[in-house]
Amino acid sequence: MLRIEQLSLALPYYPRFWRRRYATHLNQLSLSVTAGSVHAIVGASGAGKSLLAHTIMGLLPEDARSGGRCFFKGAALDERRKRALRGRELALIPQSLSALDPLARSQRQVGWAARRAGLSPAGAHQAACQALAHYQLDERACQAYPHELSGGMARRVLTAMAQVTQASLVIADEPTVGLDPLQRDRVLDALAALARQGKAVMLITHDLRHALSIAEHVTVMHEGHCVETAAAHMFHGTGQALQSAYARALWQALPDNAFTLDSGYMKEPYLA
Amino acid sequence: MRLALATLRRLLRLGLILLCVAGVSFGLMMASPVDPVNAYLGPLVAQVSPEQRELIASRWGFDAPAPVQFGRWLQQLASGNLGMSHVYDQPVGDVIGQRFMRSLALLGSAWLLSLLLGFALGVLAGAKEHSPLDKIISAYAYVTASTPTFWLALLGVLLFSVYLGWTPVCCAGPVGVSDQAIHLATRLHHLVLPVITLTLLGTASITLHTRARMVALMRSDIATHAFAQGASRADIAWRHGVRHASLPALTLALASLGELFGGSVLIEQVFAYPGLGQATVEAGLRSDVPLLLGITLFTALFVIAGNTLADTLYHVIDPRMRRPRKPAAMSS
Repeated sequence: MLRIEQLSLALPYYPRFWRRRYATHLNQLSLSVTAGSVHAIVGASGAGKSLLAHTIMGLLPEDARSGGRCFFKGAALDERRKRALRGRELALIPQSLSALDPLARSQRQVGWAARRAGLSPAGAHQAACQALAHYQLDERACQAYPHELSGGMARRVLTAMAQVTQASLVIADEPTVGLDPLQRDRVLDALAALARQGKAVMLITHDLRHALSIAEHVTVMHEGHCVETAAAHMFHGTGQALQSAYARALWQALPDNAFTLDSGYMKEPYLA
Repeated sequence: MRLALATLRRLLRLGLILLCVAGVSFGLMMASPVDPVNAYLGPLVAQVSPEQRELIASRWGFDAPAPVQFGRWLQQLASGNLGMSHVYDQPVGDVIGQRFMRSLALLGSAWLLSLLLGFALGVLAGAKEHSPLDKIISAYAYVTASTPTFWLALLGVLLFSVYLGWTPVCCAGPVGVSDQAIHLATRLHHLVLPVITLTLLGTASITLHTRARMVALMRSDIATHAFAQGASRADIAWRHGVRHASLPALTLALASLGELFGGSVLIEQVFAYPGLGQATVEAGLRSDVPLLLGITLFTALFVIAGNTLADTLYHVIDPRMRRPRKPAAMSS
């Protein structure tokens, strides 16, 4: 569904105000996401996970420099195609709940997402009602403003907004942050259900343990590099099936496993 | 029930503020060198003996202590009697009524136009920061924001009335024609230049504030999310921007209701437009105490009404300001 080859990204910064330099945030990143499965992107804060999502959606500032190639459904995904496809074929579930407009009711916002995906006004209204009902949001929650919703409900509204677009690639950026276990499992189940419908789901998270419960493949990122892409079942036991020391250390650091901090991964060449 | 209670509370507050304004302005009048007896006598003052003056003063109750005078004035106010204006030789209520209707035509239309125009320009400019359109609109707004009202008005009169002769030089109608006999078109013709001047100046601050809010919105998560849904800039400006940007625009417009009166004094002087602003100047210069106090109270009422309206509209537009509809017990 989505194939990324050697993707690099540099963003400008200004050490002195007349002088522009570029900082590399993504470096030679390659991965591919297949239809009908969840592909998790795991990494620490600042690893470039959200930037990867924004690059695929074409939401970067105009002065960003990127290299490498993206393919979506076999055809090259350039900036123009990104603009044409986002909201229709590509959907993003944003990280922050502040992405919801505080001045509009949730049902209306879902309706807008449907309109932007090209539905007729009547069709959009119907699609919005269906999507909200699908995520167990009752009439009262539909008529509520974002500040009246709990964190989990707001997440489900955001998921409903991605669902109405009928997109075949859904990128969920940290969808489980700040949720209690019950709400978190609900959101993860919703994402797994999207994959079962035949969509490709890209789950961006730093929560490896819970990502493994629904993901088929996991890509571990570190400081803009793709450290390793492994099948979910390879995160098992002491992590001996994993190739890179960083991924093994990440796995070992989980409380359920050894709960140790092994700094041996620092010896790997690209992690100086 | 809650609405009635809230209205009652507001009215009570309104009464208290008006009482304070009345007290302060009355105190200022007492402390000022304005002598109502002298003002009443005018040029006759030289022909009146001190005994006669005292007779007038005691007839009018000026021999009583200040609090008693204030009490009497309040009593008259409460019964709706604002006193007589000696400048216009009419009851103060009538003078304010007539003048206000004329000022309303000028100020109301200028206020409404500057709100609509300023808001539209602000939304257009802020929708795409640093675009050519944004640069043109911002430059225009900065220039007009720093232009003094009376100066622009003078230039307008010089260019359009004196040099080009397109608009009348003064007043709300032709000189020497009674108020009822003036045709509507003539009235409008006299209004054009003052209204345009006031609008040009009032637009600037609303444009700048609306633009700032729009720019902030366009950089926010809300806009990024909308872009991710495939929305165009126009779509975001229309669906999200208009709501968000209307808050600062309304605050500014409604808070400046009182300011418009201040500005109108200058504009009405320059165009010799017989509105409330000009009446204020007349009343001040010729020591017309009842009229001055009446206008003060009326302006205060206007400012309070503007602020109350802003408060109410805020609750309509921004749901976060409303009280929770019911104790929040939503099932999740």
